[in-house]
Amino acid sequence: MTDQDGPQYQQLLARKVEVVNVGLEGFVKDLRDCGIDVVHVDWKPSAGGDPQMAALLAKLGV
Amino acid sequence: MKLIEDANQQALERILEGEPRLIDIVPARELIPGLRERMILHAGPPISWNRMCGPMRGAVAGAIVFEGWAQDLPTATKLAAGGEIEFHPNHHFGAVGPMTGMTTMSMPLFVVENARFGNRAYCAINEGLGKVMRFGGNDASVLKRLAWLRDVFGPTLGKAIRAAGGIDLKSIVARGLSMGDELHQRNLACSSVFLREIAPWMARTSTDNAVLAECLAFIGQNDQFFLNIAMAMGKAITDPANGIRGSTIVTAMCRNGTDFGIRVSGLGEQWFTAPVEMPEGLYFAGYSEKDANPDMGDSAIVETIGLGGFAMAAAPAVAGFVGAGAPSEAGNFTRSMGEITAAQNPEWTIAAMDFAGVPTGIDIRLVVDSGVVPVINTGIAHREPGIGQVGAGVVKAPLACFQQAIVAIAKDLGVS
Repeated sequence: MTDQDGPQYQQLLARKVEVVNVGLEGFVKDLRDCGIDVVHVDWKPSAGGDPQMAALLAKLGV
Repeated sequence: MKLIEDANQQALERILEGEPRLIDIVPARELIPGLRERMILHAGPPISWNRMCGPMRGAVAGAIVFEGWAQDLPTATKLAAGGEIEFHPNHHFGAVGPMTGMTTMSMPLFVVENARFGNRAYCAINEGLGKVMRFGGNDASVLKRLAWLRDVFGPTLGKAIRAAGGIDLKSIVARGLSMGDELHQRNLACSSVFLREIAPWMARTSTDNAVLAECLAFIGQNDQFFLNIAMAMGKAITDPANGIRGSTIVTAMCRNGTDFGIRVSGLGEQWFTAPVEMPEGLYFAGYSEKDANPDMGDSAIVETIGLGGFAMAAAPAVAGFVGAGAPSEAGNFTRSMGEITAAQNPEWTIAAMDFAGVPTGIDIRLVVDSGVVPVINTGIAHREPGIGQVGAGVVKAPLACFQQAIVAIAKDLGVS
């Protein structure tokens, strides 16, 4: 985000905020505590982030 | 990868096309070539005496006395510890067994035939609740019940099963799922339906009303009676799907109280093992997790065919019993298992999931990719031999088994 983006983002935040949270679920509670609607997407990197296993899986067709 | 997709399609077809029928009860020595004196088949992947957990050792000692290879439990334990007993997994002999999974030569076994492929699988008769050998029980009451199963119950029920021309099992499971069973920690409906089907044949074939009444009561008083039949069914269904080169579908999951093991179709008879985990669940009054033994038994064969923890949505009451959350959350287990399976079984549906089929065909690629591991509904045994069941819970399959299998299948297929 740059200074030039500021007004645009401020405008976005001026409206009712709805959040899609991807990955770490810990952020969801904080947002909900602030009264913000959150949809959580349960996502993890392939093979728990193990690049060798992920590469193997890609070759095996996942 | 087309080779894998084609192989998995074939494995799934074999699993879904299985036609399991309970056809008999026969002493183990007549069914299993090579099962001889001083040889014990146990649950889970291979294990030696010195790595066996308390309940497994307790059951081994009990089985030795039961077969008459020793006069008492201390002598039996010495025999086993001294290398005088040969140990092998049930799975190596077409059999499965719950918890400790003891199978010895004189024990009567259910015979399930997969009529589609002609193979057979075996499992001992469920002993009921309380002190039982599957939980490591080995006192006189345990051995007396086993002798009754061998001498009275097994022959009586076997005669009825033969007279009935066998019992179709898929339809019983389908009805049980619609009546609140998930076939691992709840078998009340299937046991009842089974009793309804077999009782007339027992009445027709029995010549002694007192024995008949005793046998009917034994089935009727044991909510888990059908589990052992379902386990033999699971083995009979998955065995034809094993050994298809390139297939990443799991064909067996089991545990021996020390290790968890899986087999994968494309990797044939190999075991991929990792330390078994402790179940998370609820304990009977007076017991806690300090008393618990790590998970054991071949019973995870029912999860391998989409039942048990995979069918939790069919049995919301079980979610509470095994401490897995509110009944309304039961569907989450089934949905989650849908992420790691390749198909649904259209013959075994769950009303609460809008009649979706149970998630079937665990794909090791999906497990390792997602990090979601199979969940297994299980009983919890006391860690000391001879005490028995102390609770029920859910255990997760160790991810390491699936990671090892991925590396092995990649190597087999020349992928690096």
